[in-house]
Amino acid sequence: MSGASAKLSDASRSAAAPSEPDTSALFGYVVALADDALISAQRMGEWIAASPQLEEDVAMGNIALDQLGQARALLTYAGEVEGAGRDEDALAYFRDERDFRNVHLVERDQRSDFGVSMARLLFLSVYQHELYSRLQHSTDETLAAVAAKAVKEVDYHRDHAMMWVLRLGDGTQESHRRMQSGLEAEWPFTEELFDDTHVDAVLVEAGVAVDPGALRDPWHKRVAEVLAQATLALPEVPPAVTGGRRGIHSEQMGYLLAEMQHLARSHPGATW
Amino acid sequence: MDEQDEQRELARFQSIIDDDGRIEPRDVMPEGYRKTLIRQMAQHAHSEIIGMQPEGNWISRAPSLRRKAILMAKVQDEAGHGLYLYAAAETLGADRGELLDLLHTGRQKYSSIFNYPTLTWADMGAIGWLVDGAAIVNQVPLCRCSYGPYARAMVRVCKEESFHQRQGFEILHTLSHGTEAQHAMAQDAVDRWWWPSLMMFGPRDTGADAAPGGHTEQSMAWGIKRFSNDELRQRFVDMTVPQAEALGLTLPDPDLRWNEQRGSYDFGEIDFAELFEVIKGNGPCNRQRLEHRVRAHQDGAWVREAADAYAAKRAADRTAQGAA
Ligand SMILES: [Fe+2]
Ligand SMILES: [Fe+2]
Repeated sequence: MSGASAKLSDASRSAAAPSEPDTSALFGYVVALADDALISAQRMGEWIAASPQLEEDVAMGNIALDQLGQARALLTYAGEVEGAGRDEDALAYFRDERDFRNVHLVERDQRSDFGVSMARLLFLSVYQHELYSRLQHSTDETLAAVAAKAVKEVDYHRDHAMMWVLRLGDGTQESHRRMQSGLEAEWPFTEELFDDTHVDAVLVEAGVAVDPGALRDPWHKRVAEVLAQATLALPEVPPAVTGGRRGIHSEQMGYLLAEMQHLARSHPGATW
Repeated sequence: MDEQDEQRELARFQSIIDDDGRIEPRDVMPEGYRKTLIRQMAQHAHSEIIGMQPEGNWISRAPSLRRKAILMAKVQDEAGHGLYLYAAAETLGADRGELLDLLHTGRQKYSSIFNYPTLTWADMGAIGWLVDGAAIVNQVPLCRCSYGPYARAMVRVCKEESFHQRQGFEILHTLSHGTEAQHAMAQDAVDRWWWPSLMMFGPRDTGADAAPGGHTEQSMAWGIKRFSNDELRQRFVDMTVPQAEALGLTLPDPDLRWNEQRGSYDFGEIDFAELFEVIKGNGPCNRQRLEHRVRAHQDGAWVREAADAYAAKRAADRTAQGAA
């Protein structure tokens, strides 16, 4: 290759790529990951001191703490990517509902039903395990590091959910019925996990982000295996129309945020 | 075991106690010792798990993600303390399910402090600083309790309680040095939690106005209790007053002052009539706390039954495999 043509190809490359990296696409991607973890932790925390047995208070506390830790790391990174001086708390407490990007699966009231919560945790943790085991190889160093830690944590969440789905599915008649109805209740909200409309194709091509659509088959395979072992049926419920990745949430999200954000917003500028 | 053997074993028990040794689960012990310990460990365990509620009340509203994580971990620690203590009670032949039943039916008590409501975020600070602080003063001597499993559980518990106490102090310190509204929130919490914290040590058990009866004397002879309620309360006051000064907060007692002669702080009259009302069940949150506990337990019954049924099925599978 001659010197002149090398120069030409350099020039054409820099013309194709914007001189400033597109931070808003990366910000949006990271925030969606963070919000799934944060809102799930908020719901999971509701079980502490209310679960079926003490060991479960401890286990659900562990899961909620892991998710909260993931959310904090991701929100902190999102704030850095954005470069507008927002830290984890600014993003968690001072964003309005329409700016949250989590899926409906994690935000809805779980009606204090342990079967619903375990169905939800199974669906979420299998998805997050598929996701983080790929994202740990991201070309974005921060995302890779967060994912490498998170994949070990969600592996435990997945084990925990699988253990309960097995016990409840293959326990008593009542538990079988209730676990099955928990699965049916949560199933319509799983399709949204694979929605890729919010992930910029450029990020996937660059190896920064994982294409959510690519997770559908491995997710489905894994969930089907667990349910078969638990003598439970794969639900045949159509997906719900949702819009979490665009900031269109369920009615319950407003209450969740009202509770979570109220104190911080009552004292703007205060440190805690 | 004939009567002579039993006499010899009980003499051995007494000599272990006299030598400040540890009684272990398989040792022969007087029935009263066993019963007293089961009851004390159970009520201690009940206090740990009921105590999860007032603080659990603020997990969803913690004002920063860092504080949310610390609070979640703390409430989770308390569940762990409950687990250690029920397990310690089980070494004496008690059963966790039965002990929970005694709690749920009101036949066993838990610490009355948890019958007060947590009304603001600053209560998370006041509970950590004062309530966990008082618990430490009560529990440190239990690390030398004559019953081995209880003593060892207390060593683990006390380590975590001192974290909780520091975290509570830090919450209040931040609030006290924050905005005017935050400072007021901190002072209000201390105003509400100070007296109930002093009541955590129980009724007066020394001096002319000591409450009659009580198990103090026998428990002391058995090496379960090491100090009187009043000694421990005084130790707590002496430890806490300088910390309140460091926080820049006022303890709500006009009679609180240093007594040069005694080398301790004098403090005002405790309203034990209130304590007895709360113990009787008439505190602000007694019904709420117990109802919540019973509801969680009942709502979870199908889950525990399923776990038992599943375990039985798997055990049957193994037996069938072994036979084949
Ligand atoms: Fe504790
Ligand atoms: Fe504690």
